Amino acid sequence: MNFPDTTFFYLALSAALFAIGLTGVLIRRNGIIVFMCIELMLNAVNLTLVTFSRLYDDPAGTMLVFFVMCVAAAEAVVGLAIFIALFRNQRNIDINNVNLFKW
Amino acid sequence: MSVETITFAILAVLALAGGFGLILSRNPVYALLYTLLSMFCVAGLFLTLHAEFLAAIQVIVYAGAIMVLFLFVINLLNLQVEDVEQVYYNWRTMGAMLLGLGFLVELLLAFRGTGLLDKSRAGEAFSYGKVEPIGHVLMTGYVFPFEMISVILLVALMGALIIAKKHAV
Repeated sequence: MNFPDTTFFYLALSAALFAIGLTGVLIRRNGIIVFMCIELMLNAVNLTLVTFSRLYDDPAGTMLVFFVMCVAAAEAVVGLAIFIALFRNQRNIDINNVNLFKW
Repeated sequence: MSVETITFAILAVLALAGGFGLILSRNPVYALLYTLLSMFCVAGLFLTLHAEFLAAIQVIVYAGAIMVLFLFVINLLNLQVEDVEQVYYNWRTMGAMLLGLGFLVELLLAFRGTGLLDKSRAGEAFSYGKVEPIGHVLMTGYVFPFEMISVILLVALMGALIIAKKHAV
């Protein structure tokens, strides 16, 4: 079984990784682990994009993955700065304590 | 069973194991190492898809830069094992797991149901995996987003400096 037939398995794997990341975001309370779950979800989406880009031999998916990686790098920097500021204020990074906007 | 299928199976199992390790391990450093495993496996899957440039970028940017930054912050904050939270097995966790499972089923049905997966239109080879065609596309059709990336990185740099400053608002 070679590439065009295995496409669905790639997509299924990426869906599974995305679902794992989603579950992690919902069940974990450590802010840094929640953030890593978001990175995992971004990776899963990248895998889908590369699979479709490969399937249709189209550069758009590859370009989008390139830009997603750049934005993920920027996002990681800002997010970790937020966690450092959070830790300075309340000495932990439990996201259940960040409930100022909670209704 | 071709070599490609076996490679895919090994990488897929390791990637899923990394994902489960991430959401189930209590220590943030272990969680980070599991994420790293998952990301290396995704890089390997990019290689099996003949996206060599993206595989290299994945290892350099994700594994090399972002994850090392995470590790640096985890060690900087010096989270003790007492601070590390447990995964609670209450109704909320069960609900989240059901939601994740339902989402997975929904995604699989969506991938199977739509006409997005049209193998008859499949290209024979992938001509955008190497550096040269990617650079060409980047400098012709995607010049504006490519230049905007520099603005985004500059804004992120300044924003991180302002947010993490000692006497910030």
